[in-house]
Amino acid sequence: MKTNTLIIRTPEGIVFSQLLAGPVTRFLACLIDWCCIHVLLMVMGVVLSLMMVLSFNFALAFYVIGYFLVSIGYGIVLEWLWRGQTVGKKLLRLRVTDVEGLRLQFNQIVVRNLLRFVDVLPAFYFVGGVTCWLTANCQRLGDLAANTVVVRSPRLAEPDLDQVLPGKFNSLRQFPHLVARLRQDVTPAEANIALQSLLRRAEFDAVSRVELFSDLAAHFQAKVEFPAEATDGVADEQFVRNVVDVIYRTRPEKAANGAA
Amino acid sequence: MIVDLQKFITNERPVWTELEQLLGRLESEPNEMLSLEQVQRLHQLYERTAADLARITTFSSEPETRRFLENLVARAYGEIHETREKHRRFYPLQWFFKTWPQTFRKHIRAFQLSLLITVAGCAFGGLAIAFDPDAKPVLMPFSHLLQDPAKRVAQEENSTEDRLAGYKTSFSVELMTHNTQVSIYTLALGMTWGVGTIVMLFYNGVILGAVAVDYIGAGETKFLLGWLMPHGVIEIPAILIAGQAGLILAFALIGRGRNTPLRTRLREISGDLSTLIFGVGLMLVWAGFIEAFLSQYHEPVIPYSVKIAFGCVELVLLCVFLSRSGAQGKRGA
Repeated sequence: MKTNTLIIRTPEGIVFSQLLAGPVTRFLACLIDWCCIHVLLMVMGVVLSLMMVLSFNFALAFYVIGYFLVSIGYGIVLEWLWRGQTVGKKLLRLRVTDVEGLRLQFNQIVVRNLLRFVDVLPAFYFVGGVTCWLTANCQRLGDLAANTVVVRSPRLAEPDLDQVLPGKFNSLRQFPHLVARLRQDVTPAEANIALQSLLRRAEFDAVSRVELFSDLAAHFQAKVEFPAEATDGVADEQFVRNVVDVIYRTRPEKAANGAA
Repeated sequence: MIVDLQKFITNERPVWTELEQLLGRLESEPNEMLSLEQVQRLHQLYERTAADLARITTFSSEPETRRFLENLVARAYGEIHETREKHRRFYPLQWFFKTWPQTFRKHIRAFQLSLLITVAGCAFGGLAIAFDPDAKPVLMPFSHLLQDPAKRVAQEENSTEDRLAGYKTSFSVELMTHNTQVSIYTLALGMTWGVGTIVMLFYNGVILGAVAVDYIGAGETKFLLGWLMPHGVIEIPAILIAGQAGLILAFALIGRGRNTPLRTRLREISGDLSTLIFGVGLMLVWAGFIEAFLSQYHEPVIPYSVKIAFGCVELVLLCVFLSRSGAQGKRGA
């Protein structure tokens, strides 16, 4: 089955996942690398044009060999030195790794880069792109032969909490033991639903909005029962806001508890 | 169960930091050997961090910590569970005299098949030219080969000026890079279950056979040998070895008669493919140099006998090198 995640299960029973890079992201990284290669070749061309004054023969020879080495060696050298990254991959936060999570070896880097010759056929990485699209782990032919995958490590976007939690007094924080239990019991999916509901609250019509936050408040209250003084007079939407606050703002110095 | 997340992170952070530092050291110094105590400590840190990851996975409020731990566990897993030989310092002479010829011999059957396909191509090309000389433009798409061999030989032998004067080095480099690209294609096309590699080898054979029959038929055998042998005895085996590499890749893909998974089969040959293709690259550097500086000069500049003898010496040395270099002596003899 095709997914965008590479899941590795260790013999110790630990599961960790890596996000796989899609064909489009990889193509963009490749475009950046092409630009880098062309810049390198242009610089080389300028240097060698000065050398042409001395010997056209040697300058041409150096250019031909330089072109060949840069175009083939760029990927191999950078992926080896930067542990699976080139300039394009670094900028787009991609990395070549072993398909089984093992250490990336030099031979794998060589094989995946040499098989690029077939992946680019007939033009613009058509073969590689189609293979990427068809294979479960989004691998081009070079990746298949070398047992590698390209993973991405996106910068995790911090939820814009200030937009939904405008620094008001949070009555739940008066009960730290219950807050700790709430953080323990709420799953990442539940927390995300609550946060998204707050972020998109303006998109709901009035009735749906009241119903949604009523359901959410009931759900969280069923998980951890807070004393009446923490919930009395607090609207359902504000209660959900308080729940999101204690879940996402775990560090007391970040919390807006003292604002009131 | 984590009751106090902040306390948990505060308590565990030194463990994660220690593991991160140890991994950083291992990654930057691949030749460093850890002591038994250090290995035990690495394993202990890995297990504890993996357990921390398992505990924090369900926690909703720390996505960054979870990502950090996943990354750390992935790196440690790669170090601990890697069973392949750790990459060591590269010794060029050992690689040249031992690793490369040994790898070549290890896959000798793929080389034999590569040779057989090329010979079949030669036979086809030779017969095609013998029976239908008009097919020359189709079989040999290079202008300098389309000329009448006798005329070309006469031109070359009567030429008083060096047509490569001032361009020898760049011509040599162009030959090297072009042939290396062809070799890489021959290897890479192994991914088409060998079909592309076979086509490349066969086509090379067709051109070679057609040229040979054309010149022999015109009574220019001596010129042909003097022209092709100095560089061809290295260049042609180089393409054959690239074909060998392509066929090794194809065999691994097909996996006929083997029960090991595809990934394992491919993992087993990746080192051999790199070794063979780097060897091919070296051979083609030499061949390109010889082709530009020796092969293009004919009698009376250089006697054919000298060029043919040079080619024979190269061929013998290459055969001895590939068959004997790095061979283990017979034990108990």
